[in-house]
Amino acid sequence: MARQFTPKIVTANALLEGDVVYLTTDDRWSRDLAEAEVIEDEAHAQIRLLDAEMRADEIVGAYLADTDPASATAKPTHFREDFRATGPSNYPHGKQAERAHV
Amino acid sequence: MYNYSDFDEGFVRSRVAQFRAQVERRIDGSLTEDEFKPLRLMNGLYLQLHAYMLRVAVPYGTLSSAQMRQLAYIADRWDKGYGHFTTRQNIQYNWPKLRDVPDMLDALADVQMHAIQTSGNTVRNVTADHFAGAAADEVEDPRPYAELLRQWSTDHPEFQFLPRKFKIAVTGSANDRAVIKAHDIGLRIVHRRGETGFEVIVGGGLGRTPMVGKVLNEFLPKADLLPYVEAIVSVYNLLGRRDNKYKARIKITVHEEGLDTIRDHVNARFAEIRPQFAGVDQDLLNGIKAQFAPPPLQAASQVPVLVANVNDPVFQSWVDTNVVGHAVPGHGIVTISLKAHGETPGDATSEQMRAMADLAEKYSHGELRISHEQNVILPHVAHVDLPAVHAALKSAGLATANIGLISDIIACPGMDYCALATARAIPVAQQIATRFDELKLEHEIGALKIKISGCINACGHHHVGHIGILGLDRAGVENYQITLGGDGTEDTVIGTRAGPGFAYDQIVPAIERLIYGYLDLRESPDETFLQAYRRLGMAPFKQALYPAEETANAA
Repeated sequence: MARQFTPKIVTANALLEGDVVYLTTDDRWSRDLAEAEVIEDEAHAQIRLLDAEMRADEIVGAYLADTDPASATAKPTHFREDFRATGPSNYPHGKQAERAHV
Repeated sequence: MYNYSDFDEGFVRSRVAQFRAQVERRIDGSLTEDEFKPLRLMNGLYLQLHAYMLRVAVPYGTLSSAQMRQLAYIADRWDKGYGHFTTRQNIQYNWPKLRDVPDMLDALADVQMHAIQTSGNTVRNVTADHFAGAAADEVEDPRPYAELLRQWSTDHPEFQFLPRKFKIAVTGSANDRAVIKAHDIGLRIVHRRGETGFEVIVGGGLGRTPMVGKVLNEFLPKADLLPYVEAIVSVYNLLGRRDNKYKARIKITVHEEGLDTIRDHVNARFAEIRPQFAGVDQDLLNGIKAQFAPPPLQAASQVPVLVANVNDPVFQSWVDTNVVGHAVPGHGIVTISLKAHGETPGDATSEQMRAMADLAEKYSHGELRISHEQNVILPHVAHVDLPAVHAALKSAGLATANIGLISDIIACPGMDYCALATARAIPVAQQIATRFDELKLEHEIGALKIKISGCINACGHHHVGHIGILGLDRAGVENYQITLGGDGTEDTVIGTRAGPGFAYDQIVPAIERLIYGYLDLRESPDETFLQAYRRLGMAPFKQALYPAEETANAA
């Protein structure tokens, strides 16, 4: 049996600010992981990655990251993506600070 | 201190202007990221996990008060009000925006600083003993040679695309505080038959294949320094492997070709290029040396302050731990700890930077040093001024008396910032420091170097920590391996792995068991952790680390 495809999100860093962004269903780059498009299909994931890579004037280093199949919204399965979605652990900087301001 | 010549000034300014145009072209789409990346890296600009990061060179770790103030200004104006001092004596800003970076570089150029060659496969910032020019055990101040090397290597047309990065460290003392045996080239100024020259060490390095540097030349006349170093780098440029990034450093070249073969190649190349160095470099060196003339310190009696303050145990403890003897009697070298318990190793706020700049101006002839151990040094402080320095440091949150102790930990940025990291390093350091502060055991434990890296590249020097901690990603979970018995001094030793790694929430308890084990094992309070390890070997320490296993085996 073929291995089950782990759902993906497309993520990158913004060109000007350098912060973490996620590709949304409606082709925006969101700072918010909750808005990330969860891609269930492997072929579609590759196409979305190509879409992202074409937007080189907005972002740097787009790639596909795993997201938890049990979760309806994007939820990282690896701690690296958790940190990217949160910010550093030694200061309240990065996304955790932005969230606090909302 | 060295002052830029018109040439230096013009060069640095033109590089900033070039980079400004490159940033504009990246933003307007004329440059792709693939085209832009090597250009930004040449100027010290990385893209990390959460943001860009600008790595600024602090040449051989020496800063003036004015420069430190400007670093504070940059932190406030374009970053988040702090900077991170690194294990290569540099400073990193963790939150710059791409558009601001050219302005930051211009602000650096205003105080004769830059970020050139702080990345890329070039000769990186030349590091030096952080006590250089002040140490009592010094043959000669190594910094003029480091500056000569900086000028020679900056934009050197032959060495902009080496197989891999290239790190040089220099010391003028027999007691190695600059880890020169863990560098691509290590240089030590030595005395021989009334002459001074360099002992040249090559092929050291940490990373995934740690190696202790080997002596390539026992005594190199000082006038031969540039052509000889150039010969080494050019031999490496030809022989170094470009097929595999992980086998591209000169340590692998030396290991594969053999030291004698490398020496033959270097000697042949040296013979070829030596005549081209007709003495201009020596004229230049003499000009540089004049700028490193020692400050006018008045020799005074050792005694007064150190005795006068026995009534203030906090001050006395700080003096005992953070101040060492100076070449000129009556003076001390003050190490300012950037390792307050629970804080991020190597970080200083802009306010603290200004406080240190002020102190240097008032009490240390306007000079500061950055150590590879991520602390700041006031190199020339008169003993009579120590109480005032201590009081000022205290009010800036900089008076932690822990230099060389368990909480004086080196930690790389790890996965809190670095894109290459496989695990976090900073919070592990914070927790160890906090824990042993709670236990009030720090001073009883005595001299102990813990060094933490968040990946196999070993920026945190874990291989040469008495206790080294390496953070890895084991099947999607942070895991920490412990090495023991490493040593980064003139007797450099690569530590030995103790056994299986520990989970993130188990690493601090493991260190605690290890330390209690040591306290039980040592012969007397004078026997340091490293000495006890050398006497007893791995076995008893392993037992302390893995008690459950022992019980399991016994059952």
